[in-house]
Amino acid sequence: MANQPKIDIRSSPFIHKAPTVPEIMRNVVYALLPLAAYAVWQFGISAFALMMTTVLSCIATEHLFCKLSHKASTIGDASAIITGLLLAMTLPPGFPLWMGAVAGFIAISMGKTLFGGIGFNVFNPALVGRAFIQAAFPVSITTWTPALAANRFVEFIPSTLALPFMKPLPTAEWTTQVSIDGFAGATPLSLMKFQGIMTDSYDLFMGFTAGSTGETSTLLILLCGAYLVFKNMLDWRIPAAVIFGTALTSACFYMMDSSHYPSPSFMIFSGGLMFAAVFMASDMVASPVTPMGIFVFGLLVGFLTVIIRLFGGLTEAVMYAILLGNAATPIIESYTQPHIFGYKGKNNHE
Amino acid sequence: MNLFNFFGKKTFPHGIHPEGFKEETHDHQTRRLPFPPQVTLPLAQSVGKPPVPIVHIGQHVQRGELIAKANGFMSVPLHASVTGTVKRIELVPDAATGNKEQAIIIQTSLSSSQIAVHHASQDFEQMSPEQLIQAIQDIGLVGLGGAAFPAHVKLNIPKEHKVHTVIVNGCECEPFMTTDHRVMLEQIDYMLTGIHIIMKAVGAEKAIIGIEDNKLNVIEEIKPFLPSDGRITIEAVMTKYPQGAGKMLVYSLLGQETPSGERSSSIGVIIYNVATLASLGELFPQAQGFIERVITITGDNLNNPGNYLVPIGTPLRYILEHAEFTGIEAELILGGPMMGTPVGFLNTPVKKSTGTVLVLDERSSKYADSSPCIKCSRCLQACPINLNPSELGLLAAKRKYDVMEEQFHLKDCFECGSCSYVCPSNIPLVQYFRIAKTLNKERHLLDASELQ
Repeated sequence: MANQPKIDIRSSPFIHKAPTVPEIMRNVVYALLPLAAYAVWQFGISAFALMMTTVLSCIATEHLFCKLSHKASTIGDASAIITGLLLAMTLPPGFPLWMGAVAGFIAISMGKTLFGGIGFNVFNPALVGRAFIQAAFPVSITTWTPALAANRFVEFIPSTLALPFMKPLPTAEWTTQVSIDGFAGATPLSLMKFQGIMTDSYDLFMGFTAGSTGETSTLLILLCGAYLVFKNMLDWRIPAAVIFGTALTSACFYMMDSSHYPSPSFMIFSGGLMFAAVFMASDMVASPVTPMGIFVFGLLVGFLTVIIRLFGGLTEAVMYAILLGNAATPIIESYTQPHIFGYKGKNNHE
Repeated sequence: MNLFNFFGKKTFPHGIHPEGFKEETHDHQTRRLPFPPQVTLPLAQSVGKPPVPIVHIGQHVQRGELIAKANGFMSVPLHASVTGTVKRIELVPDAATGNKEQAIIIQTSLSSSQIAVHHASQDFEQMSPEQLIQAIQDIGLVGLGGAAFPAHVKLNIPKEHKVHTVIVNGCECEPFMTTDHRVMLEQIDYMLTGIHIIMKAVGAEKAIIGIEDNKLNVIEEIKPFLPSDGRITIEAVMTKYPQGAGKMLVYSLLGQETPSGERSSSIGVIIYNVATLASLGELFPQAQGFIERVITITGDNLNNPGNYLVPIGTPLRYILEHAEFTGIEAELILGGPMMGTPVGFLNTPVKKSTGTVLVLDERSSKYADSSPCIKCSRCLQACPINLNPSELGLLAAKRKYDVMEEQFHLKDCFECGSCSYVCPSNIPLVQYFRIAKTLNKERHLLDASELQ
């Protein structure tokens, strides 16, 4: 020891091993990229433009609000990118871009920064944005266009380029032009709900149906989710509990009257449930942390989804189910605090 | 029953798997560190009251001689760790608290042979439990696993408790440490003697040695020495932090939860660290004082890491010089990287409870800013006693220390640090909890004094 070394003082532990928050967020983005690519393949440049718009809108909004509140910008943690991608994937592919920008602004401003930014949001921000849009533009958000149109890589869906505050061009004519076998413009859920037509589960699983930009292929969603679970960056218990809750509730109805109510497999593979279970409900911040609470939360979301789908006026059940689940999170947590070691047979709260 | 045992490995739920780094020193046979020119012996070497000095400045003392006698039952005596002259009796800063504590400073007679004095021989088989407890107190032994609880006080078991099993803790679950590993290989006879003494003192029928399964070679080494009557057995437990925490090891081996706030004797168990028992087995027959121990010296930028037999009171500066520390910047830690005590002063002496001197530089996580909690629940899945560190951390940031204690069981936290280790937001959770506990304690003291 040549001379006096400089000694740093810190409190234990002196070692730390965990992915950082930006690392986790970046990995979620990576997991969403295959879904984004598949959406572009299905719906063409309209889907690409929509995703870019929402992502940029989310990033810009977060940066703006950080500046307004005199804080360091937090866009580097990549969580705004996730919100933007999640948001775009729940919108119809031909959704007007300017509305997408509004959705992104609302998602980040009302859903996230007003509560204090990352870690403090009560609801999943993307769903806040989508709920707002649902109320503000009810027509555009239910105007579906067919997948795999022939000219999708060279031509925008007409509604995409609508000017702000102008009525979007009707897509019905365009749809008949591009569609081969008389596309009805309805999603499997609205077919079920309003016309009583069931879609084949295999088509649902593979994603060969109309639907929101990134929600259609169950298989791909599961693969991307599996990647995150493998990296220990997604709590598999949440999607598992949501799917279990959905299956359980719909099975009850199916057994009561199988001619009237859809089968559990239809419920699980349709309407973006899988996407919502894997990527939306699992938003760490807005879901419970307690082991029992996670299970209760998932069951509640699954249960509410089925109830709203079957008896509500709209088909967008998962979104409301998750928002309600988010709202219930504090109370779920307060009733599901873990059992402390060393209190066997004793009351935890004595 | 312990569900985890059905999967083949004995363990407890939750916990973490930090990298071990034990291969750097576990093959290093224990060597004696040369005697330092001077030792500093703080009187307070254990939980409880410090002993009272019985030497004066200028007095010549022999290695092993009593220099401070116990002050009541909850106190351990202190023996000279070198032959030499008492230079000063003065206040020195304590490593853990930073408070100044009285210490006896002895200058080593370098020409002396450094043979330890020993008194009459004693046979534990012929002694009553009360005599055993007294004899163990006279040795001045404390828990060598790091807790520094007086070894004899544990033996004073409440009348309503009946101890049937002695758990011998050879887990050594903290990274870097290999002291217990070496002791178990090199001092098997002493360790077994120590186990027999404790079994006799508490009237236990059996003893189980629990060793993490990263040390299976140790288990194979010890097995042939176990007595044939089967009263002492040895079990492998899963390598997982904090397996070496008493409550966790008892659960892994016996599937029983130690009730919160109670001693392990309430479920018929008493726990001792292997090094404590080896020292007991070595010193007891000759009624010698506890004056030296095996210490792992390890970490970054050391040319000469290893396991050394070090006299209590040796200054860290001397140890680092001997281990050839080459760095220019470091964190200096007494104990492991998860629960060790930071030291900022090179003249700090090693104490009876110091098992490891760890020097960290590259492998330290260093100071880093934290970001808001994203409620990923990793800390809940790491906490061995199932607390909710996420919620506790949020409460601590709001300084709601009373709520932490009353509703979220802050007192049950034994500060293993697993929550901080796994936190992606780098929130100093266990560090918060320590502050909260300290402030709560002060508040309770204040409340109590106002009542009077």
